[in-house]
Amino acid sequence: MAGPVFGQNMLIMSDNSVLKVIALSKSFAGIKAVDDISLSIEEGKIIGLLGPNGAGKTTTINMILGILEPDGGTIKIFNKTGLDETRERLNFAAVYAHLPGNLTVRQNLNVFGLLYGVKGLKEKINSLLQEFDLEKFADTKAGLLSSGEVSRLSLAKAVINDPGLLLLDEPTASLDPDMAEQIREKIKNYTARTRAGVLWTSHNMKEIEAVCDQVLFLSHGKILLSGDPKTLPADYGKKDLEELFIAIAREPLTLHNHNEV
Amino acid sequence: MKFSRIYAIFLRQLFLIKSSPIRLTPIFLWIVIDVIQWGFISKYLGSLGRATFGFVTVVLGAIILWGFLTRLSHGVMTAFLEDIWAQNFLNYFASPLKIGEYLLGLVLTSIFTGALGLSAMVIVAGAAFGYNFFKIGLLLFPFMIILFIFGISLGVMINGIIFRFGPAAEWIGWPIPVVLSIFSGVYYPIATLPAGLQVIAKLLPASYVFESLRAILSGSAVDPSLFSNLLISLGLSSVYFLLIYKFFVSVYRHNMKTGSIARFAAEPN
Repeated sequence: MAGPVFGQNMLIMSDNSVLKVIALSKSFAGIKAVDDISLSIEEGKIIGLLGPNGAGKTTTINMILGILEPDGGTIKIFNKTGLDETRERLNFAAVYAHLPGNLTVRQNLNVFGLLYGVKGLKEKINSLLQEFDLEKFADTKAGLLSSGEVSRLSLAKAVINDPGLLLLDEPTASLDPDMAEQIREKIKNYTARTRAGVLWTSHNMKEIEAVCDQVLFLSHGKILLSGDPKTLPADYGKKDLEELFIAIAREPLTLHNHNEV
Repeated sequence: MKFSRIYAIFLRQLFLIKSSPIRLTPIFLWIVIDVIQWGFISKYLGSLGRATFGFVTVVLGAIILWGFLTRLSHGVMTAFLEDIWAQNFLNYFASPLKIGEYLLGLVLTSIFTGALGLSAMVIVAGAAFGYNFFKIGLLLFPFMIILFIFGISLGVMINGIIFRFGPAAEWIGWPIPVVLSIFSGVYYPIATLPAGLQVIAKLLPASYVFESLRAILSGSAVDPSLFSNLLISLGLSSVYFLLIYKFFVSVYRHNMKTGSIARFAAEPN
């Protein structure tokens, strides 16, 4: 099978899946935040997880990261259900998860490199500082960095262990277009080089179109649509991904696939 | 369990202490003030009525050991609070770090800061009052082991309360050692307390240590029950340690279910 395949709350798994989520659910105070969703990501693929605020994207990511216990369903990372065995090969960056601002860039990378069991840590940190253009900030406290520099640091931490599965929750939010483009290129290069699978959330539809191989639309905790971001809008009679997003957010029941008889 | 991950937690705290000397203040300030204040009070009491009882000897020994326990408890708590203030739980607990490794990292930090505080108290007591802390003798070793386990347990318990109820519960943590000192016979024999409070004292491992310490330093004959009391004390502190560890892990699991680890600043449900 060449790429990831999604259906509405269905999935087809292949042997080279880095992530398989099956019938995942989570409720808070009786309200379903994630409602029986299934998805898979194959190695080397970037999958966009889209949806309006409160759709369940971050809840899904938190469950995959293992910091939120699902009510039901299964999460398999590298075909294993136990996170203990896979966490060293998983990493993430999120707009709301800043690294401690009272440590310097180098100290942060040092601490998280140790946590992720990185071998040859000193060399790895030097190479990340160079790759993410952070050399001149190495001894600057993270709390003093600009938004763009913080994002680069978060990303450097996210790839410090060469993860086979990378979860990115709005990695370019609050960045200027130039910086966002640089970050996108770094992630795309990383994926191409390492064949890592990536789950990417964003509200920037142009970004999603540019980087993602497949997209999933979440609304009220359910997967409403999935497919190729370049062809999906036309399938539903919309001019682009942004128009499709707005339709899903406002009138999900009116959507109709023009290819279906 | 991997030592490199425990070391990572310790290293973060070490970086913080190195980067901001103000963090050294709580390690030394209060406990050294206690030693100086009680040193002078003891000296004064010793001068009243030509007392033959060595107030400085008995009181300063107790103050130093209680300062050691307090420092350990606050050391575990302060290290935990640093992660709350930096909103670092999401980064930590999404990494391969296990909850036991995290706690051990906090304990390692507290051992480091506790040893610094203890050294300062011993030096100040020696220099200002000619007090030799090591005159307690070989029993100092079991005393410190018991107080170490109990102090760490207190710190983890306070952390569990903060982890469960949110950052606002921090205020509960600071006075707990002071409250327990009332029942632990740090400044006076347990017999001074009303009978009802003596029951509480008997449940606290520290009370056995301070009763024994007082007996040794006041030059009384060694009580034959000393060793059995120390065994009870060691047993109590070990049981508390295990129960408190289980309590902390249960709070962690509760927070995993409610989503509070990712959104701790919003205060757990």
